[in-house]
Amino acid sequence: MSWLSLSPVEFQALTLSLWVAMVSVLVSLPFATAVAYILARRRFWGHGLLNALVHLPLVLPPVVTGYLLLMAFGRRGVFGPPLEALGLQLAFTSAGAALAAAVMAFPLIVRAIRLALEAVDPKLEEAASTLGASSVKVFIFVTLPLSLPGILAGAVVGFAKALGEFGATITFVSNIPGETQTIASAIYALLQVPGQEAAVGRMIGFSILLSFGALLLSEVLARRMVRR
Amino acid sequence: MTVKLDIQLKRGGFHFDAQLSAPAGVTVIFGPSGSGKTTLLRAFAGLDPIEQGHVSIEGADMSGVPPHHRAVGYVFQEPRLLPHLTVMANLKFAQKMGRVGAGQSFNEVTDLLALRHLLERYPAALSGGEAQRVALGRALLSAPKCLCLDEPLSALDHGLKQRIFPYLERLRDQTKIPILYVTHDAAEMARLADHIVLMHAGRSVLSGPATEVLADPAAVPFLGVRAAGTVVAGRVMSPDPVTGLAVMGFDGGQLILPELAQPEGRKIRIRIAAQDIVLASEMPKGLSALNILEGVISDLHQGQGPGVMVQFKVGRTLFLARVTQYSAAQMGLVLGQRVFAIVKASAFDPAGIGT
Repeated sequence: MSWLSLSPVEFQALTLSLWVAMVSVLVSLPFATAVAYILARRRFWGHGLLNALVHLPLVLPPVVTGYLLLMAFGRRGVFGPPLEALGLQLAFTSAGAALAAAVMAFPLIVRAIRLALEAVDPKLEEAASTLGASSVKVFIFVTLPLSLPGILAGAVVGFAKALGEFGATITFVSNIPGETQTIASAIYALLQVPGQEAAVGRMIGFSILLSFGALLLSEVLARRMVRR
Repeated sequence: MTVKLDIQLKRGGFHFDAQLSAPAGVTVIFGPSGSGKTTLLRAFAGLDPIEQGHVSIEGADMSGVPPHHRAVGYVFQEPRLLPHLTVMANLKFAQKMGRVGAGQSFNEVTDLLALRHLLERYPAALSGGEAQRVALGRALLSAPKCLCLDEPLSALDHGLKQRIFPYLERLRDQTKIPILYVTHDAAEMARLADHIVLMHAGRSVLSGPATEVLADPAAVPFLGVRAAGTVVAGRVMSPDPVTGLAVMGFDGGQLILPELAQPEGRKIRIRIAAQDIVLASEMPKGLSALNILEGVISDLHQGQGPGVMVQFKVGRTLFLARVTQYSAAQMGLVLGQRVFAIVKASAFDPAGIGT
């Protein structure tokens, strides 16, 4: 076995990480867009509260977020049993890993989208309304396309964050190879055993490569938005 | 088609109370900055809520109707084109939003405003004048029942303004819907207005046909002394046989114009500022001025300043002249008196001659 070839466990961790990151971003994107729109455009009582709530996972110790997820969606949590009755088990499953990653990436995605929405000139939306566009159509045909680069940048940053999520994930869904073991938790597991330097190096290499690529992509998208 | 507005608003300490009724043609809403012209237009288009009053188009109440259902085409001071769409897609945006109805066709509008060669471009690649023409076309293609133009030329320099005027004049002559046109520029008003509504401190103080309002001495305080002056409508006649200069015939006489780029028989209108007319009580002799009109004083109005506004009639056409109180007393000006008006050549700014 050459030093570059992956063991089945490592390969699983890599593909699972990509799957978790992808699913978490896709699931949180519509919610993040909605929340970002509300935060950017509406003024209401509790605006600051909602803003703080959204940003909480960014500042809370990840282990706390993971524990709270366990309380909410664990097998004995508040929403765990009803969801299980519907056939969706989250604790200690890959779906749960995606949920944990989504919650952790959510604030970053919301921030990026909110900035993009705030950069859209409301005067253009007003002009569109005089041309017969209802507020829903204004959002779809004006606001959304104009903030698309920012939304994509948010998705990419969220993807990178989800890819590297560790604390909340390991607390909520543990570290089960093939089910919940992502790159980050695989590196952690490998570090517990002596003599795994080559495997650790490979995983760290992948980790850096993916994160760096994602950041570059989001930078390109953000610059595109500025040019508009 | 007629639009009617009756709007009351309170904004901070500002009381807004305006009424207007606009038939087909251009109704210019004129007033200084802060007099509430834009407030009126925005309330009419449904962009800002009104507290009291109502808005109706063709007799249908529009007061509670959201802007996208009002069918009011709006051209703002800045073009506000959608930057992610081509000129073509901007022009067809209203159609895509489901706004269809009787109105000018795509080809008619792109011909009228000379937009053909711009269709594939993005707004970022347009000049200021081109962008504003596209905005005008976009509003026209939204099947509007009424068009609102909110100082559409204010962001353009003098040269560009002059190039857009002919388009606006064609628009006025070819569309059959009411056009509400907000401006604080007297020349723009004189050139385009069929009707005028004067705004002052949030109130509509005077309104009526353009020629009547502009000839009304009572309107002068609201227009400002420099903007006071009448619009004379007439036709281009054959050139003066002696001087070879262009001649405009109007109801009551003729005016010789130093420069005219319009063909014979064409209807034109010119603005003659009150300060560009000199009055004489007897037929003057030995003057360089070519235009001496004989008229009868029909109104005298003393303002707060040192001047007196004299309205006089030449045939059925009204003129306004501004003289000092001293001169008025010296000449013994009274109603019904015969006067001779000397119109300075500088009164005819070629750029101010409209069609």
